[in-house]
Amino acid sequence: MEVPILKQGAFLIATIQAALTDADLLHLRTALLQQVVRCRSRGVIVDVTSLDVMDSFASRTLREIAQMIHLRGAETVIVGIQPEVAFAMVQLGLKLEDVATALDLEEGLAHLKQKFESPA
Amino acid sequence: MENEIQVPINSDQDIVTARQRGRLLAAALGFSSGDATLIATAISELARNIVRYAKSGEIRLTVINGSARQGIQLVAQDRGPGIPDIPQALRDGFSTSGSLGLGLPGVMRLMDEFESVSEKNCGTTVTTQKGKP
Repeated sequence: MEVPILKQGAFLIATIQAALTDADLLHLRTALLQQVVRCRSRGVIVDVTSLDVMDSFASRTLREIAQMIHLRGAETVIVGIQPEVAFAMVQLGLKLEDVATALDLEEGLAHLKQKFESPA
Repeated sequence: MENEIQVPINSDQDIVTARQRGRLLAAALGFSSGDATLIATAISELARNIVRYAKSGEIRLTVINGSARQGIQLVAQDRGPGIPDIPQALRDGFSTSGSLGLGLPGVMRLMDEFESVSEKNCGTTVTTQKGKP
C-alpha cells in the first residue's frame, strides 16, 4: 500500500490511507526524503488519521522520518493521531519526542506556514 | 463469531492481518474501541517479535467466556531461539535487536495478565489476557 505524497507549495503532504506494513513504512521514509530533496520542501505533513494502530515500529519510523527531514533543514508535522491511538501509545511507552504534532491537516499547515512564511 | 482465531505469522504483512482480526474479534465481543485498540497494538508488538526474532510462529486469539470473566486471551508462540533472560526482557529499556526495547513491558501495560515461557532453541510462548471491564 503506497502512501500518496502531494506537493503543496513549499510543503509536502503524505496521507496514510490504510494500515501499513513495516515495508510500507520504510518505503514511505525513503520516498518522503527523496521528495523533500527533489522539491526543496520546507515542511512535511504526515497525516495518520486513518491509522488505527501505532506500534513501536511505526512510531520509531515516524521519528526517523522527522529527524532525517530536520537534517535537510525542513520540518515534519504528524497530524491526526486518534485519541485511542494516543492512549495506546502512552501505555506502550512510546514517545514522539522532538516531533511536531497537530490536530489535523489544517492545523498542521498553519503550523508550517507560521514557521516558514512569516514576514521578515 | 469464532471462538478461536489462529493467524500464522511469517512476514510483516501477517502482523497487519493479525492485529486487524484481533480488533474485529474484540469489537464483536463488545470491547470498547479504546480497548480494541490496546489489544490490536499488543498483537502488533508480539507478532513483530515473532517475525524479528523467530522468523515464524503464530498468534492465537481465544474468547474467554467464563461466568466470572469475559475477555480475550492472546497467545504468541514461536519455535525460535528463545529469550535468554526473561526478567531482563521484561525490564523497560532492554532490547537485543537495537529496537526501542519496549516490546514486552509495553505489552504488559496494554493487557491485564501476562506470562511468558521461553526455552533456549525451543521457542517462546507469551500468553496475555484482557478482560472486559
